[in-house]
Amino acid sequence: MSQPHWIAILGVLLMAPLAVAQSNPDNARSSSPSATLQPLSAFADIADDTQRARALFAEIGKVIQHPRCVNCHPRTERPLQGEAGALHQPLVVRGAGGMGAAGMVCITCHNADNFRNVPGHPRWHLAPAEMAWEGKSLTEICDQIKDRERNGGKTLAELGAHMANDTLVAYGWRPPAHLEPAPGDQQRFGQLFHAWLEAGAHCP
Amino acid sequence: MAITMTVNGVKQPVEVTPGTPLLWVLRDHLGLTGTKFGCGVAQCGACTVHVNGLPRRACVTPIEAVANGEVTTIEGVSGPEADAIRNAWQAIDVPQCGYCQSGQIMSAIALLQAKPTPSDDDIDLAMNGNLCRCATYMRIRRAIKTAAKEIKS
Repeated sequence: MSQPHWIAILGVLLMAPLAVAQSNPDNARSSSPSATLQPLSAFADIADDTQRARALFAEIGKVIQHPRCVNCHPRTERPLQGEAGALHQPLVVRGAGGMGAAGMVCITCHNADNFRNVPGHPRWHLAPAEMAWEGKSLTEICDQIKDRERNGGKTLAELGAHMANDTLVAYGWRPPAHLEPAPGDQQRFGQLFHAWLEAGAHCP
Repeated sequence: MAITMTVNGVKQPVEVTPGTPLLWVLRDHLGLTGTKFGCGVAQCGACTVHVNGLPRRACVTPIEAVANGEVTTIEGVSGPEADAIRNAWQAIDVPQCGYCQSGQIMSAIALLQAKPTPSDDDIDLAMNGNLCRCATYMRIRRAIKTAAKEIKS
């Protein structure tokens, strides 16, 4: 291995503690998310619509509050990465349209698909600031995603289709190998989300 | 697999294993060694090239991603921004060891193409992914500002 290679690797290793030090303690999840997502049938016995909707959204929250989703819904201009929500290295910002700063756009590194340790999607970008989920409670997120001022102008039906079908949402379940996928799968997530909508979309 | 891309204005058919990083195709197959290998994980910027006019880290760009695309390397980059950056780099004598400089220059040109009169913050945001072990950062920033002035005049 060439000398410059080792020097560069050393530089990256030296930056690693910095990345950890810069991670926001508020990003740390208080408990690990469930590895699985309960099926729709698990909620069938809850007769009251409001109670069922709240229970469904708590289950949906296992996905929404997972690092694969929250890391690109940051509360600051900087995306997060990894399971602990460390600030993205190198330093990148939301920029115009969530695509990064001039000269340092998302696709400087991110491809249309995962490549080695770099996540990818044809529309890889940060969520707009009004869609920030980082550090918010499930109740706050629930209120937010129903608010057309803060959900990209989507109706609830459009929101359901987005959650169930959007391929960028689907990335959450197929990250590079070193990252933990969101719990369950998109099909089950979509079913839970639609059931929540049908139960009245009540928030926990 | 057979891939054709245009590199520095010349069509280049290459036969490579799927998933081969663009960097290795440029260096090993096409002999364009001006683009450097630094970290291999998109953390240092030494391998920066332009793909379809935008900066890309060639070490994490699979060759499939540039099929039928336009790749520009340090050997072929041209235009007013490239000329101004080269002039400023030489006038200010930016490089020290020089290893990272082709990546720095490719990122600087991309910045000026996107933002002709960048502020200090614009420069920092665009260039912070290009590491320099000699810490020539202040000269890089000065050279970018000098180049921007030259283009404007």
